[in-house]
Amino acid sequence: MPTRVEATVDNPLGLHARPAMLLAQKAAEYSSEITIGRKDREDTVDAKSIMHLLMLAATQGTTLEITAEGADESEAAHALAELVRTRFEED
Amino acid sequence: MHLTKLVEDGAVVASLNASERGPVVRELLESLAAAGRIDDSLVDPLHNAVMKRERKGSTGFGHGVAVPHAKSDMVDNIRIAVGLSPDGVEFNALDRQPVFAFFLLLSPEGEPDLHLDAMETVFGRLSDDGFRRFLRQADSVEDVMTLISESDAASSG
Repeated sequence: MPTRVEATVDNPLGLHARPAMLLAQKAAEYSSEITIGRKDREDTVDAKSIMHLLMLAATQGTTLEITAEGADESEAAHALAELVRTRFEED
Repeated sequence: MHLTKLVEDGAVVASLNASERGPVVRELLESLAAAGRIDDSLVDPLHNAVMKRERKGSTGFGHGVAVPHAKSDMVDNIRIAVGLSPDGVEFNALDRQPVFAFFLLLSPEGEPDLHLDAMETVFGRLSDDGFRRFLRQADSVEDVMTLISESDAASSG
């Protein structure tokens, strides 16, 4: 079973280019397949692609579902969720 | 969001003269000014704003496309310029490949949701292999506008 973790975007600027880059870089550190979707939509995107992450248009308050499947899936899903929850180290 | 509306009154450069990062951004801003989409006097300050963002990390996100952008109180709505470089530009892209297509995006300050909507629209198209392939083959403003309007029709279902 894949690991699924939810995290809500909390920084005022939302998931714009810089956070998308941070997420994609973090995702690339893991071998698991990682997808991210919005809880209010069905489609999911590849967490290792900045372009795909930017298609989520995740504004402040959007809840994301992070799903990882593979050898390091638990670490991967939780690390990405943590990055979202800590507001991408933004104010 | 319909891309046609955002790039109407065509700030489209089918063949950029510039071949380096800074000058490409300037040429795109000048095309917005020539199209009456921004005031001439804003080219310099907006160039500074966009390049400041580029220095934090290239917006060449891979696959031969780049989306240089800035949020600024110098614009009151989304402004987009499209530029193509048949020879490719060294843009310090994440995948280290040259960039062939540029979408310069200016968003008003203080409206992050509008900015994200515009980003979603632009990246929705740019992440499509077919769109990128046709964009690279386009060699006139008409080609680009046709491609954009067809992609609007396809994406609105």
